Amino acid sequence: MNAGAEVLLRVENLRVSIGESQILGGVSFGVRQGGITGLLGRNGVGKTTTLRGILGLLPRTGTVTLAGESLTALPVHEIVRRGVGYVPEDRDVFAGLTIEENLRLTERAGSEHRYPLVYELFPELRDRAAQLAGTLSGGQQQMLSLARALLNASNRILLIDEPTKGLSPVVVKRVAEALQRAAEVTTILLVEQNLAVARHLVRDVVVLDQGLVTFAGDIAELIDDPALARRHLGLSAAGH
Amino acid sequence: MRFALLAALALLVLLFPFIHVTVPGLFEGPLDSAGTLNLLGLCFVFGALALTYDIVFGYTGLLSFGHALYFAVGVYVTAIALARWHWSLPAALVLTAVVAVLLPLALGAICLRVRDIPFAMVTLAFAEAGSILVLQNPFGLTGGEEGLALGGGVLPAALVGVSNTAHLYWIAAGLLAATSLIGWWAVGSPLGRVWQAIRENERRVTALGLNPYLYKLASFVLSGFLAACAGVAYLLLQGGANPQVTTSSFTLVLLVMVVLGGVGTLWGAVLGGIVYEYLDFRLVEFSNVPALQALPGVLRVPLSEPLFILGVLFIVLVLFLPQGLGGLVRSAGARSER
Amino acid sequence: MSTIVLLIVTGLGLGALYFLVAAGLSLIWGLMRVLNFAHGAFFTVAAYTGFFAAAALAGTSPWVGWFASLVAGTFVGAVFATLTEIALIRPLYRRPVGQVLVTVGLALATLALVEGAFGADPRQVTVPPWMAATTSMLGAAIPNTRFVVIVLAALVLFGLLFFLRRTRYGLIVRAGVENRDMVSALGIDVQRAFTLVFAIGGAAAGLAGVLAATYYGTIDPGRGTAMLISAFIVVVIGGLGSIAGSALAAVLVGLLQQFLNFYAAAGVGDFAVVLLLAVVLLVRPGGLLGGKSA
Repeated sequence: MNAGAEVLLRVENLRVSIGESQILGGVSFGVRQGGITGLLGRNGVGKTTTLRGILGLLPRTGTVTLAGESLTALPVHEIVRRGVGYVPEDRDVFAGLTIEENLRLTERAGSEHRYPLVYELFPELRDRAAQLAGTLSGGQQQMLSLARALLNASNRILLIDEPTKGLSPVVVKRVAEALQRAAEVTTILLVEQNLAVARHLVRDVVVLDQGLVTFAGDIAELIDDPALARRHLGLSAAGH
Repeated sequence: MRFALLAALALLVLLFPFIHVTVPGLFEGPLDSAGTLNLLGLCFVFGALALTYDIVFGYTGLLSFGHALYFAVGVYVTAIALARWHWSLPAALVLTAVVAVLLPLALGAICLRVRDIPFAMVTLAFAEAGSILVLQNPFGLTGGEEGLALGGGVLPAALVGVSNTAHLYWIAAGLLAATSLIGWWAVGSPLGRVWQAIRENERRVTALGLNPYLYKLASFVLSGFLAACAGVAYLLLQGGANPQVTTSSFTLVLLVMVVLGGVGTLWGAVLGGIVYEYLDFRLVEFSNVPALQALPGVLRVPLSEPLFILGVLFIVLVLFLPQGLGGLVRSAGARSER
Repeated sequence: MSTIVLLIVTGLGLGALYFLVAAGLSLIWGLMRVLNFAHGAFFTVAAYTGFFAAAALAGTSPWVGWFASLVAGTFVGAVFATLTEIALIRPLYRRPVGQVLVTVGLALATLALVEGAFGADPRQVTVPPWMAATTSMLGAAIPNTRFVVIVLAALVLFGLLFFLRRTRYGLIVRAGVENRDMVSALGIDVQRAFTLVFAIGGAAAGLAGVLAATYYGTIDPGRGTAMLISAFIVVVIGGLGSIAGSALAAVLVGLLQQFLNFYAAAGVGDFAVVLLLAVVLLVRPGGLLGGKSA
């Protein structure tokens, strides 16, 4: 990891097994304070598992520290209360709750709530406050899911999993803008398959392959070198 | 070596009716007494029954709460054919066998369209319907709450009377042996390996191009049929049918037996069934022990209820020994080998 | 006409009891995915607690004794359920089948204990004289206990709906029914909601235990198990996790049972309910109102 800003989140030797198969075989990396760090890699290399492992949603070994404090032994909700926001891959908004209820559920005692920012980025969440989240479009659900992570000002880092997946180009652009604004007020660890979006937003990058970190450094270094990009991401970055 | 041990054990068990020895503490009367042989026979029947439940629950992963129904088929269909319709024993057994295949086939076909807990509930509901039916005493067939005694003259003379208890004992031992052999053969066969694959991960089985539904149905029907066979032996040993075997509590007791012995190991289930029945029987006698009667009520009442002791034992096992007694024996074996 | 009115009110009364047991089962299933076989034990223990609470106040007004039995039964149901969750369910958090199994063991053990301590025979309960009387309605003489049971169950239904729709914990429960992991990932201690749901379910089952004693005029150790099975059927027909669905299905099941048992033959109604369950499961595996949390 580059020198410079201090490391906010540090993951050491993270191992996760599901059933008999090992998904992560000892992942270590750090996320610098501020801005967006990208977590890249081909499909099925364990990016989602890494995020869920950090949160303790999966049984794991290894250590996770946030600003020097160990999160390893804490239950999921305590990890989140230390300031870790999560935007899951499948959005996972509560379909039977209204938008307003989804946001109210997220409110955390002892935290400021960034309703102005959320409604500025996604005005439809205010306009449709009484609508059931299950009846929203995929893009709107993604906005709600991002809004939940952004809402609590006490969140120090957001773990965001493929926020642009399956969305139309117009919505992708809005989500990217929202991420950029969010990165001004907090730190983000972003899993992103869309390299154009990633290159635009991300500063540091961590690449996973087969459950291990194979590259960590500056994204320009990775993407602008076609050989390196092909080796780590399995595709030519030339088109991007 | 292991086979020789097993054969020697089987031979010894077969010879019990000729061994006039008292085992103090373990059995009330000598080994060859009618009381002891009857108790041992019942233990074998429940060992076999627990094994049939382990096929469907332990090996295929189907949490059926309706297994008592198929046991009850063996008990009641045979009893009705013998006592109400005065059929011969072979004819009654043929009828029972037909019902014991068709009923699990039909109900399994319906129940297996849902899975997990809804499956548990719908099997429970069907078993409850069977229980209601038996209690309602339709056309005076089942005898309702009274049950149905076989009475004199409906069974061959060799199966009736205290002096012939040894014959019933051998039938029960034979049932346990046959059920065990079929069970071992089934779970070791390609069929049985698919059952275990379904238990571990049903989707993967589908991905292999197999239809889990048919395999689950086969497990359901086989275990149902074998449970009915155990029901016939139970009927003969008891000399009659009682509605208690149709109740949901009886299925719960089956569950206790299997978990007691260790889920997913046939011999564990057999052990669980035998130990459970033995404890259930002996704890009733224990409750009449004078020393216990002298205790204050707070201690006496719980200790004189076999189901209370067994229920608590069961909870403790689930919490602290999920592998069951079988697991305990296995780990003790592993320790001694080291 | 008067027969039909009587059957309707009696069916509703029975449905009210089913609902009180089913409500907790449904919430516990919906939030925790635990099939709670011990729910009948909460019912039975509360019924006996109520019986002895009333007996202890035998010298006072019968209404005082009755209210005391109601309060004591509900309270004991809640406490018993809370302890069950903390001591038996929580340690098995990652073993769902183990959770079902301990509740089976608890049900068997409790039933045996109650039978051992108080005998298997039914005991007569004393109710205020007004409840033993009947009220004439459209020509039918309807026992007043029916109205008491129906009104109290309706109050519980509205209370539960208010809790689920208007309170923060209700919000957590509704969200948890959909996706427990995501609730934790919002920083909420979902375990506390588990305990709460068990306490509420146990209180409702305890209330049902005392009300059933009032309704039938007797208590016995076996009724809890019978109620539990009826309540399972109600919960599945209504949709696992749905309170409104449970209420609807409870009324449906109660009425169907009463009418068929009367017009066809005793037992036919009970049988028909099981068939209804099978049909619903096959046609709509999620239940009538499945997938809605309130």
